[in-house]
Amino acid sequence: MEYEFTTAADIKKLCSKHKIKISELAKRYESERAGVSHVVVRNRMKKTRDVIWEAIENGIGNKKKSDLKMSGGDAAKMYAQLTNMRDMMSNRVCVRAMAYALAIGEQNALMGRIAAFPTAGGAGVVPGVLFSSSQHFHAGKRRLLRAMFCASAVGIVIASGATISAAKGGCQAEVGAAAAMAAAGLIEMQNGTVEQCFDAAAITLKSYLGLVCDPLGGLVEVPCIKRNSIAAMAAIGAGDMVMAGIKSFVPFDEVVRAMKNIAETMSPKLRETALGGLAATPTGNKIKKKLGLPIIK
Amino acid sequence: MYYKLTKKINLLLMEERYSIFDIAGPIMVGPSSSHTAGACKIGQYARALFNKTPKHVVFYLHGSFGEVYKGHATDKALLAGVMKFQTGDPRMKDSFKIAKEKGIDFDFKVKSLGPNYHPNTVRIDMESASEKMSVIGSSIGGGVIEIVKINDFKVSLRGIAGKYFSLVVKHDDKPAVLKSLTAILKSLEVVVSKVDSVKFRNKVLTVLSSQGKAPKLKEVIEMEKIEGVDFVRALTKLDK
Repeated sequence: MEYEFTTAADIKKLCSKHKIKISELAKRYESERAGVSHVVVRNRMKKTRDVIWEAIENGIGNKKKSDLKMSGGDAAKMYAQLTNMRDMMSNRVCVRAMAYALAIGEQNALMGRIAAFPTAGGAGVVPGVLFSSSQHFHAGKRRLLRAMFCASAVGIVIASGATISAAKGGCQAEVGAAAAMAAAGLIEMQNGTVEQCFDAAAITLKSYLGLVCDPLGGLVEVPCIKRNSIAAMAAIGAGDMVMAGIKSFVPFDEVVRAMKNIAETMSPKLRETALGGLAATPTGNKIKKKLGLPIIK
Repeated sequence: MYYKLTKKINLLLMEERYSIFDIAGPIMVGPSSSHTAGACKIGQYARALFNKTPKHVVFYLHGSFGEVYKGHATDKALLAGVMKFQTGDPRMKDSFKIAKEKGIDFDFKVKSLGPNYHPNTVRIDMESASEKMSVIGSSIGGGVIEIVKINDFKVSLRGIAGKYFSLVVKHDDKPAVLKSLTAILKSLEVVVSKVDSVKFRNKVLTVLSSQGKAPKLKEVIEMEKIEGVDFVRALTKLDK
C-alpha cells in the first residue's frame, strides 16, 4: 500500500515524498483503501459537506428546545449577534464558528440529521471552524472540501494511535480530537505547510488532554453542545498561534500517545457513564430523576 | 466449512484500516450512535428477516435500552428501522406518526430479558396475518449491532449502522450458492467487504456488506432467482 499512514510521521514522509498536501494524501489513501476512484471519494465528502451545511442552516434557524429543555435556541442567539458585533469581544469568524458549532450540537439533540465528525458528541467543532473560516476567506467549495479531508486524516492518526470514543477515553477523545482536526484543517485552508498543520493540531490537543466525559443524564446535550463551540474557539486560537510562527514543543504523535496513556488511567465513572463529574451534581441528579435513572449521592 | 473461512476473513477485516469516512461521518440522526443509529439498524435487520411489513410489533426493551430509551429516542429509531428507514433519515423523529398512517400497530414494553444479554438489547416481536417472528438484537457500541436470536434460535449476525450497505440472504447450506452470489455481485462491481454466516435450522443466513456501490432493486430481485436462495433482502432503502 503506497499511501498507508497511521501516524503524523507517516503523513509528513508521504507528503514530502509525493510533494502533496495532507488533503490530497487523504484522498489517495481512501481511494486506494476502498478501491474506488478519486471522484467517488470526493463525491462522498461532498455529500458529508452538504449534510453538515443543512444541519447548520436548520440549527441557526431553530428556536425549539429539546425534550428535557436542556438545550435549543442558543445557536440562533449567537448567530443573531453577527448583526450586533459591537458587544462581542471576538471577531466575526469566531462568533459565526461558535454559532455553527452550537447549531450542529442542537440539531443532534433534536434528532436532526448530522454527520458525526469524528463522533456525534464532537460533531460541531470541525464544521464550526471550517465553514465559518471558509466564508471569511471567500474560499470556494473546493478549498473547504480540502480542509475537511485534511481534518479527517488527522482524525485517523488520533483514532489509530489512541481512540475517538468517549466511552474509552473521555471527552478529550471526542471534542479534543475534533478540535485538533479542525485546527489542522484551518491551517491547510490558509495554505500552511504539513508541519504547521500538525503544530496547530498538537497545540490544540495538548490543551484538551484529560478532559472527561460527564454528560447530564448520559444525554449528548450538557455540557457537550457548548463545549463544542468553545473548542472551535480553541482551534482558531491555535491556528492563529501557528500562523504567528509558534511551534508545538511536543510533536503530535507524542501528544496522541499521551492521550492514550491518560485514557487508560481514566476512571470509568468519567467515561460516558453519567456516574461522575457534572452528571453527579445536584443539577445532574435532577435530570437523572426526570429520566428515571438512579441518583448519585 | 465456509463458516470457518468467513470467520477468518472477518478477523482479518477487524484490523481493517480506518476509512476517511469513519472520521468524516457516518451521516446519522442524533443523538446517540448506540441508542439511536444502532437501534434503527436492529429494526432494519428485524424487518429484513421478517421479510414483510408487520401489522403488529411489540418492542421489549432490556437493560440500558429500557432505562434511557426516551432521552435517546431509541423507541422512534427502532420503529423507523422496522419501516426500512435509513439511519440518516430525518423522518425518524416522526416515525410514530408515519407508522400510524401506515396502519402498523406498535407497543413498547420495558422488560428484562435475562442476565446473558448486552445492556443495550431489544426483543422485537412481529406479527402479520399469517406469520409471527421474534428477533433479539443488541447495540454493542459505536453503531455496531448484533442479532443474537431469531425465534428460539441462537444466531450471531453483525452489522454496522451508517457504514455498510448490507444484503441479508437466506440460502441452502451449500458453498456453491454463496459463490454464485458473490460472482454476481462482482459482475455488478459491488465490492463485498464483510461476510457473516450463521446456520439457521437447515438453511444458512448470510450477511454481505459492501461499502461502495449498492445493487439496485432490480438486481436484488435477479439474485433471488439463483437456485438454493430463499430470499435476498437489502438492508437500507435502495436508491431510485
